[in-house]
Amino acid sequence: MFVMKLGLLFSGGKDSMLAGFIVKNYGHELSCLISILSENKNSFMFHTPSINNVEIQAKAMEVPILIGHTKGEKEIELNDLRDVIIRAKEEYGIEGIVTGAVLSVYQASRVQKICNELNLEVFNPLWQKNQEEILNELIEEKFDVRIVGVFAYPLDKSWLGRKIDKKYIEEVKVLSDKYGISIAGEGGEFESFVLDCPLFEKKLEIIGYEDSCDGENSCSRELKLDF
Amino acid sequence: MNERKVLIISVCNEKLHELEFVKPVVDIIDGLEVEYDCKYYKDVINFENYSHVIICGTSLQDDHFVDGIRYFEWLREYEGKVFGICAGMQIFGLLFGCGIVKKTEIGFFMENFRDSFLGVRGKQEVYHLHNNYIHNWEDTGFVVCCVGVDDIVQAVKHKNKEFYGVLFHPEVRNKVMIEKFVE
Repeated sequence: MFVMKLGLLFSGGKDSMLAGFIVKNYGHELSCLISILSENKNSFMFHTPSINNVEIQAKAMEVPILIGHTKGEKEIELNDLRDVIIRAKEEYGIEGIVTGAVLSVYQASRVQKICNELNLEVFNPLWQKNQEEILNELIEEKFDVRIVGVFAYPLDKSWLGRKIDKKYIEEVKVLSDKYGISIAGEGGEFESFVLDCPLFEKKLEIIGYEDSCDGENSCSRELKLDF
Repeated sequence: MNERKVLIISVCNEKLHELEFVKPVVDIIDGLEVEYDCKYYKDVINFENYSHVIICGTSLQDDHFVDGIRYFEWLREYEGKVFGICAGMQIFGLLFGCGIVKKTEIGFFMENFRDSFLGVRGKQEVYHLHNNYIHNWEDTGFVVCCVGVDDIVQAVKHKNKEFYGVLFHPEVRNKVMIEKFVE
């Protein structure tokens, strides 16, 4: 088998982490993680409330990380992403990019365009995947995933910190049937953060946190982490 | 030939790409509760076992199937139904003597189907992901059913066989096309 050196577009959440896990299971090398810090909380491309903790996740994975910065202006932010991908190509010799895209054509097609121009492969191993299948795969593979942001009714502050497990799936399915929210948060209903998974050499521990809310159904949790 | 059994063919040079280009098609067929198999195009296949064949697409950077066009000679004799998606449509064209042209289209586009084509008609939003397309379908046995911007042929159907080809990805938008094909 031909082993490819790949860079993972990394938010610290469940989808990008699961995508990285699948890629490694297929025998490829995760050469680096690529994260974008956006000043725009409403960016369509980059939305990761716990992105400040991606560096400690990278340490836990023992994979180097490249962090780019963007003001988050629509389309201009793509140039910022392009610059970081070029750095990853130059510094780590990556041959392709991996994303955790599931349904977002907006995000996926823009990454495809950038990589196509740079002659890089793109891998979207979760593309069009059933959302319950994704959650069950996380549980089966022993991912410790926590909710760190809620942004849709009826989700509120009480959901912050919850672990994605069977009980969580059952509860969120009831809310999905009643209110139409995506059970995997694909509509931006919630954000997740991975504390532990098979890619980690050492598990992360929560040593503190700070919650902030813009409204009853718009809350985020900033985690303080250590090994 | 089996009454109804679907063969889903992967042309992905890198197996990991099958999660993106083949599995979504498998999931649609699986939901229809139809018997199916999934195989790689270079596998030894007894096509008499299948009433329907779907040839899936692959990634933008992957055009290895162009060098492996000889593996699709079975299409000349095959009597069942075939649906070529993106690379699959390009394979029809290459096998039946068309030329391949470079043109990149990525993302959502509106295409117009004048006549009903696998359950869709009129203007439809489709998802494109290709660096090439096939031009000059004359004298191939195929009829052009949809033409997009810059005269890019987006959909074809064979005059005498139930062979359908689309340049876009119905497994992302217009899943009904795949369902209608198998019905």
